Amino acid sequence: MADYLPHTDDELRSMLDFLGLASTEELFNAVPSAIRLARGLDLPNGLSEPDILHRFEQRAKRNTARSDQMVCFAGGGAYDHELPPVVKALASRSEFVTAYTPYQPEVAQGVLQAIFEFQTMIARIYGLPVSNASLYDGATALVEAVNLGVASSGSQRVVLSAGVHPHWRQVVTTFAAGTGHELEIVPLKDGLTDFSAIQGTCGVIVVAQPNYLGGLEDLASVRALCDATGAIMVVAADPVASGVLKTPGSFGADVVVGEGQGFGTALSFGGPYLGLFACTMKEIRRLPGRIVGETVDVEGRRAYVTTLRTREQDIRREKASSNICSNQTLMAVAASIQLGWLGTEGFAEMALACARGTRYLSDKLRTGTGATLLHPELNVFRELAVRTVKPASQVVEEMAARGYLAGIAASALNGASDPSLADEVLGHVLLVSVTERRTAEEIDAFAIALEEVAQ
Amino acid sequence: MTTLSPAAGGKASSAPLMGRDAEPTIFELSQPGRSAYQLRTTGVPSWTAEELFDSAMLADHPVPLAEVSERDLVAHVTRLSHRQFSVDLGAYPLGSCTMKYNPKICDAVATMPGFAGVHPGAPASMTQGWLETFVTLERALCEVTGMAAATLQPAAGAAGELTGLLLMRAYHEANGDVRRRIIIPDSAHGTNPASVTLGGYEVTTIASDARGCVDLEALKAALDTDVAGIMLTNPNTLGLFEEDIAEIAAALHNVGGLLYYDGANLNAIMGVVRPGDMGFDIVHMNLHKTFATPHGGGGPGAGPVAVSPRLVDFLPGPRATEVAPGVYDWVKPSKSIGRVHGWHGNALVLARALAYIEVHGGDGLRRVSERAVLNANWIRQRLSAKFDVAFDRPCMHEVVLSLAKLRKDHGVKALDIAKRIMEEGFHAPTVYFPLIVDEALMIEPTETESLQTLEALAKAFEVALDDALNNEAAVFAAPRTTPVGRVDEARAARSLVQTFDARG
Repeated sequence: MADYLPHTDDELRSMLDFLGLASTEELFNAVPSAIRLARGLDLPNGLSEPDILHRFEQRAKRNTARSDQMVCFAGGGAYDHELPPVVKALASRSEFVTAYTPYQPEVAQGVLQAIFEFQTMIARIYGLPVSNASLYDGATALVEAVNLGVASSGSQRVVLSAGVHPHWRQVVTTFAAGTGHELEIVPLKDGLTDFSAIQGTCGVIVVAQPNYLGGLEDLASVRALCDATGAIMVVAADPVASGVLKTPGSFGADVVVGEGQGFGTALSFGGPYLGLFACTMKEIRRLPGRIVGETVDVEGRRAYVTTLRTREQDIRREKASSNICSNQTLMAVAASIQLGWLGTEGFAEMALACARGTRYLSDKLRTGTGATLLHPELNVFRELAVRTVKPASQVVEEMAARGYLAGIAASALNGASDPSLADEVLGHVLLVSVTERRTAEEIDAFAIALEEVAQ
Repeated sequence: MTTLSPAAGGKASSAPLMGRDAEPTIFELSQPGRSAYQLRTTGVPSWTAEELFDSAMLADHPVPLAEVSERDLVAHVTRLSHRQFSVDLGAYPLGSCTMKYNPKICDAVATMPGFAGVHPGAPASMTQGWLETFVTLERALCEVTGMAAATLQPAAGAAGELTGLLLMRAYHEANGDVRRRIIIPDSAHGTNPASVTLGGYEVTTIASDARGCVDLEALKAALDTDVAGIMLTNPNTLGLFEEDIAEIAAALHNVGGLLYYDGANLNAIMGVVRPGDMGFDIVHMNLHKTFATPHGGGGPGAGPVAVSPRLVDFLPGPRATEVAPGVYDWVKPSKSIGRVHGWHGNALVLARALAYIEVHGGDGLRRVSERAVLNANWIRQRLSAKFDVAFDRPCMHEVVLSLAKLRKDHGVKALDIAKRIMEEGFHAPTVYFPLIVDEALMIEPTETESLQTLEALAKAFEVALDDALNNEAAVFAAPRTTPVGRVDEARAARSLVQTFDARG
């Protein structure tokens, strides 16, 4: 069967001859026989490409939660935004897909310039002067932000709002086992973070905008708290919100991180996504990951190159403040294309359309009894916390039968408990999201179905 | 080798380019009032922003992005793509990076709507195909590495390293065992020591011996019960197999330490020898290297971590698990260190890797490693007449040259040779890594390059060397055929312009 190896039998023989070897086995003479695998790998025989396609089509049939076959009201950090043909076509160009890290700038200007444009767009969206070239995803970007904040402030006390996406909180907790940061989770009160108990010196304060229940936090008061406690202000911000709301940077955030999936990346079952990271000039020497800068070549032509490399792990080794040696370039390129496609006006229109759809749905849920708003007075963006009479996980299953990805049960994100939702409430909270792709007709039908099912 | 055809599939010097002008940024192409976007007609009431939000929250002005037509956007991005080298364009012998051909079948799988369009927060009952994919991949990776179970969450090799170190920490702590040090050879990737620090450990570096391998005596001298483990790459970053690995493993295990396998070089050994059989306890794999998922210009990758039986309960979770024949669910390991990714890992990368494994099968994967090692040794032998091989003995999948003599005698650096090679239509090899070799040039041809391409690559090296000896100016001026010439990196760092708005 064909594979991707070009060697003919004659060439194999001549190459072994050239090396003075009698067989390919002798290529591995350095491997002691005692540890060599005496058998073949216990894996099925190779299949042809058509057989592989068939097999994956069969597997795909067992994935029913598809945004092209169900009406998607699920969000919770992963959104069904418009993904236009032009972005798909450009972002799948193999010059971007099959390139490596731009270590040789002379032959990597395409990726480098795309990243430079991406950095500019993200910096503007977050209202800060610096963006890196991206990180793995929103959750791991938050880990890096916390590490930066601790290094900058000199205090390992990290205050984390319970409004930060539960998975992100869990990831921060996992990595704190290595760094030794002292995490304090601050619960929400009526849907917003209640920082009133925070006193004394803090290293980092993290708040989500909006929080995972959709609530819009008062960033000005978080800034004031950071000033009072000496903390670095980290905002985990939905970048789409900047289309209509003030940027986190305009409130004085030191670091803003977020998930950029909504800009040109499909739902993708959660990855690869796009970690966004922006900060003030003051923190640029602590910036994790790569950053591209503009310069000139020997003939004075404009050129781009990865810069401030002395921060990075391959040079600083154990003294590096981050071990990141890659980014999500392909997703960043897709985001820069998507944002170029949206443009100034489209970016604002898209955000406004999300807000309108969310309002339209929330108005419909004010009169029901099966599905009601958890916090009816809360100002929200693109996310709604809905209280269901029936357990929310059951609602999701039953709504699927009606053709809806109805949302995410809060209990599925949190596991057994949540710092701000009482245990008896947690199981009955459904996180619903409305993007610019949802029509009034879809929302009308969804609200009726949800009210029936959630009883 | 004189009979070899000069036509080589991996040589890219014929690539057409229209000129050497700079491409404007999208911000410079922007014209107020122009647009490309089109959104759904929703029928939702057209409330104004003021009707929806408190005025104190509202943006004072729209975020300026760009105002371009779809046609101009397409042209801009297409021109950018023409200023970019890629595996699809030509050979990419970048040592340590395994820039092999990425089969298109894997992209086809990853773009199926039944995979790419699935919401990650949907319950297991609605995502059985994805969970089956994960479980099947995990089993295959465990068979290739000789381990018991794996997490697919880490998004890259470095994320895998840190995950592995946190697993070590959790394991030792569960045994009531406080240990502070991790041993790393001086030839290691820079991510290793950086990960150690973030894992809360101290690095103890041990020198390589005259063979380019771990100095067993130095290692033994460094070992005590304060050592949590060692991080090794095998074959190591010099492309050499650590022949003493069984002794190294025994020495570590004797003091209660664990062995971490940096899977950066797994492409050399599939079906030949397994990390688990060498004595390793934790293994990360770079699916973007060994399993051919495209590098995407520097990401996304995927760095699953596989472990030996005693560490299975500590793995990140939840893990996709076959709970009954053909039925899958998420299960959190009993002593899990927790999540290391916002969702389930880089799922579409994982699906590509499984497609790659299934198209090759067990025999095919072994053949991949055989040819990778064959190609590397062929290029080593072919170049050894005119270049100094850093450690002159059979290598595995990559080979390191030292240009120290050339620099001393002629003032030509490894970087200069790398730049000159690009003029011949190849991506440059890796330079200045590993750090322990002076003026290192590291070549990893990979298994998907043909003999004709290898010969053309060797000739490119010779042309560059010839210039270095006889026409230094040409080497220092290289590359002259690329969209830009050598880039002023010092200026980039000194007068930082990190966004369009930071321009003076």
